[in-house]
Amino acid sequence: MKNFILFTGLCFSIFQISFAQEKPIDTITPKDLKEVIVIGKKSQLFQNQAKPLATIDEYLQQSTKVDMIRRGSYAWEPMINTMTTERTLITIDGMRIFSACTDKMDPITSYVEVSNLSEATIKSGQQGSCHGATIGGSIDLQRNRSGFSNLGWDTSVNAGFETNSKQKIIGSAINYVERSFYIDTDFMFREADNYTDGKGQEVLFSQFRKFNISSTSGFAFDTNKVLEGSVIYDKATNVGYPALPMDVSLAEALITSLKFEYVPESSKIENWETKIYYNTITHKMDDTKRPSVPIHMDMPGWSDTFGFYSKVKGVLSSHHFIADLNSFYNRSVAEMTMYPADSNEKLMFMYTWPDVKTFYTALFFEDNIALNCHSSLKFSTSLANHYNQVASPLGLESLRIFYPNMKDSKNRVLPSISSNYSYDENGFSYGFGLAFGERAPSVSEGYGFYLFNSFDQFDYIGNPELRNENSLEGSVTIGYKTHKWSAKMSSSYFYISNYIVGKPEEILVPMTIGASGVKIYTALDYATIFNADLNLECQFSEVLKWKGQLVYSYGKDFEDQNLPFISPLRYFSSLNYKKGKFTSEIAVQGNATQTQYSPFYGEDRTLGFAVLNFDSGYSFAFEKVKCNVKIGIENIFDTYYSTFSDWNNIPRKGRNLFLNLAFNY
Amino acid sequence: MKFLRILLLVIVTIFASCTSNNDVPALNELNGLTKVKEITNTTHTIELYKHMGSLEQGFNEISLKIKDNTTNQYINNATISWMPVMHMAMMTHSCPKSPVTKLSVDGSVYEGYIVFQMAQNTTEYWDLKIDYTIGGKAYTMTSVIDVPASAKQRVTTFTGSDSVRYIVAYADPHHPKVGINEMVVGVWKMQDMMNFPVVDNYKLKIDPRMPSMGNHSSPNNVDLTQIVAGDLYNGKLSLTMTGYWKINLQLLNATGTVLKGEAITDAVSASSIYFEIEF
Repeated sequence: MKNFILFTGLCFSIFQISFAQEKPIDTITPKDLKEVIVIGKKSQLFQNQAKPLATIDEYLQQSTKVDMIRRGSYAWEPMINTMTTERTLITIDGMRIFSACTDKMDPITSYVEVSNLSEATIKSGQQGSCHGATIGGSIDLQRNRSGFSNLGWDTSVNAGFETNSKQKIIGSAINYVERSFYIDTDFMFREADNYTDGKGQEVLFSQFRKFNISSTSGFAFDTNKVLEGSVIYDKATNVGYPALPMDVSLAEALITSLKFEYVPESSKIENWETKIYYNTITHKMDDTKRPSVPIHMDMPGWSDTFGFYSKVKGVLSSHHFIADLNSFYNRSVAEMTMYPADSNEKLMFMYTWPDVKTFYTALFFEDNIALNCHSSLKFSTSLANHYNQVASPLGLESLRIFYPNMKDSKNRVLPSISSNYSYDENGFSYGFGLAFGERAPSVSEGYGFYLFNSFDQFDYIGNPELRNENSLEGSVTIGYKTHKWSAKMSSSYFYISNYIVGKPEEILVPMTIGASGVKIYTALDYATIFNADLNLECQFSEVLKWKGQLVYSYGKDFEDQNLPFISPLRYFSSLNYKKGKFTSEIAVQGNATQTQYSPFYGEDRTLGFAVLNFDSGYSFAFEKVKCNVKIGIENIFDTYYSTFSDWNNIPRKGRNLFLNLAFNY
Repeated sequence: MKFLRILLLVIVTIFASCTSNNDVPALNELNGLTKVKEITNTTHTIELYKHMGSLEQGFNEISLKIKDNTTNQYINNATISWMPVMHMAMMTHSCPKSPVTKLSVDGSVYEGYIVFQMAQNTTEYWDLKIDYTIGGKAYTMTSVIDVPASAKQRVTTFTGSDSVRYIVAYADPHHPKVGINEMVVGVWKMQDMMNFPVVDNYKLKIDPRMPSMGNHSSPNNVDLTQIVAGDLYNGKLSLTMTGYWKINLQLLNATGTVLKGEAITDAVSASSIYFEIEF
């Protein structure tokens, strides 16, 4: 996978790179364990990608740490280390954003486009705790920005078409850079019909339509001070979710931020970045297009977040440190209105998220110590205060049906601590880490009210009395690299206490028509999760390169029962040919049969599969215009399959031909 | 500035002293009530009041005041009893009712409840006879009253498996809310046509359901029981959302035998006795 670049240095921002010429970085830089998926650089999407106009979901799932839960063609839910949204942290340039859908139909990755982003940084476990509390790890999606290099205009146009689902993609980016000013704008539009599976059957309600526009502008009002504003507006309409009983008529986000960056001259402080941000999400579910629903209902949700962070990076002899103070305020509301068949009857209304306000403040500190030119020790810690309040009196009264003595607010303290040692000499590297972290229950886990989960067919009730979930984690990495080939194995083990899950409450009657019962969120004594992945790469010759990935996951609760969404053995292998302006790749991707599944959580045995993909690209210049053409076939043999993480076993796409075009001038 | 502050203080003081001089208790006693009927004889006028609108089929909490027609003063030393009677084609009968008691020592408002188990129609009607004594002298007055049918079922009359005829009526909450509601219900039996005493030590099981939404139920309801013999029954009604709820009932006697009503199962979607609320 050519889009995996392992950075071996501190977190560089593009900004720092642009300053790098003036201020050389220390000779000894400690290692930081993270994985970076390159998505785009400046106006151009990453042309080494098999399909440059792939969705952000398709980019992310290339990581061995990431799996995707798929409920349709659109808005897949990323899992890190086989842990879902509640246990992970996804940020956009360090900004916290919270989904507005009670049914997880809008992971925050669905509110950005590949054209907005330059890369995704994936960190495992507590290493990802810089921007908030997490158990499984973090993904930070970094915005694309020109910076102050390469003066002048830079324009690109992208267009794409996919035969299966007839997806049409059109995008453009226009960037303008001056010595002390730059502005980047980009636009992308996608529209897809229903796709067909490997048996040639149309998967109904798998269509979507999405529109995204964004802009980033920076102004350097001194050689070392930059003010940068950024806006993303994203709107998806008519999004089908074939695996769910409802679709989405509107998913809309406005994501804004203002950043001030300061690079003190001749100081221990390398960089000081302060950002304030605001984002608002509106999400509306829709059942009006479904042929028969037992009762028509509206289920809108809203999520508004204000926040800031201030982050200092510095060097003190061999100590490379980061201090980050961050805080956010979020308001999550979701409601449900049901329309009785008898229109004279009053509407049935309730809050599914009872206007939950979250106020979070954390102080994070990291010290990366270069012990010598081969080894480094990283130590990081954070302490956060997490405050929840139920602001709707009606919502509070609803929850008091289950918890009569419930208070309207709850305060939690979330500590995190982690340490990592890494060693690197003559191509051989290894590292190990130990960490502990806690998280607060999510809004659904704490305050959800009759949230229907179509996977196990239960209505879920939140539990405000849940204790913090905490995780003790150990990780090991071993790698070996020569100029011809490289191998890297990493594994992590999580011992998670107070593991939050839903437990059936026999006496309760479900509200949703057809549901099997009611589950109340509760905590298991503990659960254990183990993940191991192997990344191999071999450069056979100047033109031929092979890559391989193997991932193994394991997850059990304290009674030795399987946890849900634990990946079976999965693999990926690709052979890449690149000569001059021509590239071609053939790749196979597959899973073994899922034997460790969990019927308790609605899972069944998923058969193994393997699909073969092929793509080929050619770049050429036409006067000043640079062009890149990519064509490819996914699932060449039209295999009918679904994976362990396909919600309700909806089948994946059958054979698909795509064409991606990029023009840059 | 200082002058303004003093002025403000003076105004507040005057205002406060004015209100305290008024006849506050009498006003408060009728707070939230509307006058539904005036009945007059030669000596007195009786004003009937009710919370939320007019009398209707079901449980009615009624307040009343007696005014002396000559002095226009309200009487505060009366002893009152009442007798509602339904005039049907072939017979007459009464209904469950409470004694009439004075609300407060100083006030002049009297109150009690009447449970109209059936509504009037074109040929059948209710009248109310009020007997009262003031200073040892007895008076009476009778008037036809309007008792239309209630929009939702608030009272049910049935014969139990013990062959006794019962009346069960919904009293509270007047304004149901999403959440846990304190619920009050009355249970009476028909001793004869004119006497309907409270039944003691029974239990009224409730199972609120939403027929329009898959007939789902709500959790943590508390069945209604009596705290003091002779009183109404108290329990907890939980409502998870707004809309139309059917409260399915089962009446159990002191030994726990079901006298009437069915438990809700997949096959039985509603009990033969129930109340309805919609909000």
